[in-house]
Amino acid sequence: MTYFFQNLVNALQWGSFYALIALGYSMVYSILMLFNFAHGDIFMVGAYIGFGVATGLVALTSYGAIVLPGWMILVLTIMISMFLTSLVGVIVERVGYRPLRDAPRASAAITGLMIGIILETGNLAIMGATRVSFPPLIQSVTYDIGGVFVTNKKIMIVVVSLLFMFALHLFVQRSRWGMAMRAMAFDYVVVPLMGVPINTIAAMTFAIGSGLAAVAGILFGVAYPVLDPYMGIVFGWKAFVAAILGGRGSIMGATLAGFLLGFIEIFVAMAFPSTLRDLIAYSIILLILAFRPHGFFGEAYSARLRL
Amino acid sequence: MALLRIENMTHYFGGLRAVHNYNLDIEPGQVRGLIGPNGAGKTTIFNLITGIYQPSKGKITLGGSGIVGLHPHQIASAGLGRTFQDLRLWRHMTVLEHVKMARYSKITYGLIGAFFGTPKRRREEAEIEERAYHLLGMMGIAHLADQVVVNLPYGAQRKVEMARALSMEPKILFLDEPTAGMNPEELRQMMEIIRQVRDAFGLAIFLIEHRLKMVMELCERIQTLVFGEVIAEGTPEEIQNNPKVIEAYLGKEIVE
Repeated sequence: MTYFFQNLVNALQWGSFYALIALGYSMVYSILMLFNFAHGDIFMVGAYIGFGVATGLVALTSYGAIVLPGWMILVLTIMISMFLTSLVGVIVERVGYRPLRDAPRASAAITGLMIGIILETGNLAIMGATRVSFPPLIQSVTYDIGGVFVTNKKIMIVVVSLLFMFALHLFVQRSRWGMAMRAMAFDYVVVPLMGVPINTIAAMTFAIGSGLAAVAGILFGVAYPVLDPYMGIVFGWKAFVAAILGGRGSIMGATLAGFLLGFIEIFVAMAFPSTLRDLIAYSIILLILAFRPHGFFGEAYSARLRL
Repeated sequence: MALLRIENMTHYFGGLRAVHNYNLDIEPGQVRGLIGPNGAGKTTIFNLITGIYQPSKGKITLGGSGIVGLHPHQIASAGLGRTFQDLRLWRHMTVLEHVKMARYSKITYGLIGAFFGTPKRRREEAEIEERAYHLLGMMGIAHLADQVVVNLPYGAQRKVEMARALSMEPKILFLDEPTAGMNPEELRQMMEIIRQVRDAFGLAIFLIEHRLKMVMELCERIQTLVFGEVIAEGTPEEIQNNPKVIEAYLGKEIVE
């Protein structure tokens, strides 16, 4: 039983990473009907920006230029990196996707893959082929809760992720921009005719998705402090699977499916050798999709019209 | 000074001339009609004015300033509201949300307001809701405010489109076949609503219609469009007796 709870904690942590990234896929898909296949690499860029910001802040602290406790550095790192990664997302949208707004969807998919490769190899060119390690910002403390060992980092990762998901929920439900995003998901063409600047909304969507990916990247760096330029590929694909499983364009679906993915992976690894983990986990998901091709919350093929 | 003035507007889709030398002057409070057979280019004219397409040639001024080349959301905010021939509602949003969405450019509370429900947000939301219920009341659908639009009957959906367009406080309202698919009772109601709306808001209204009876009763002046060209313009009586119009609608043999 304690073994079960031990894995539950791990599943929640991995689920948080998947869900945060999957949200970016889903939000962009819901308003522009395209999957941003560079999104996994945005996660990587976010992790690296976080690495840069955190390293810089740690250096400043050690020179005595500023005096900050580790958790404050983490908070600042998250805020600054979210902002910078959002800018990357906005540039990707402006340069890569906006010119293709009315092009066939395949063009956008190809562009996304190319942008991904540019981000990976660009990073390789700047940072070199060696892996970098994320600076340890918070001292790891392990709690023993009835035989289940939980670290403060794991708790922090899950709590911070849930906070951001809740903030996103409030944003989408209660702000005028969120309302515009929901409207664009149903009918994209009429939204500007109601006085809504859709290019702003599209840029905002990319910014938010990229910001959440940066949070995932930093939290990942806190838990597993080794970063490499190709770390976004596997994460990107898995989060993409979560977005599909949740139902294309559904925020609630992406969140739940992200966590479900974490659970399936961890619990498969409980019962089978770890080399078989992904094979079995993703076969299960394939099976779910065979019976529910539009995911948990997606609408069956919608006949949305675009001009 | 006309509220909306269009001068020599021409539009090509590739090599196809969809609209040719189109002119229009609408004064505040006027109801104008645009009729013509299917494919004549009526909806294209709406799309050109509202900024979905850019006219190949010509000048459009709204309230004295040129609007060609502006983004559709800028034209909408400048005072041009519109409904659609094929209902374009946001299926799983409520009636009230539709009307609220059209207030987008008037909402001033930001992130803090959205997250924490500041007094400013409460005040603005209350104002928006009060206006929304007033409009829905005029349309006779206030009791449906919290319904998701996909569940509503067709006639009610048309009224939601109208309320949404009016919610922007337009100076001029474009109605693209506002009674398409309606039964006679709904048709009568819609005509009543259009008159009410014009009187209550002092709006100019420009409508596309297939039902001649409705256009003849509502409009002060009517244009007849055939193959992208206005072949006749005048009062309902003039249009009704114009041989070119009768020919376009009924065919040449019958006229002869």
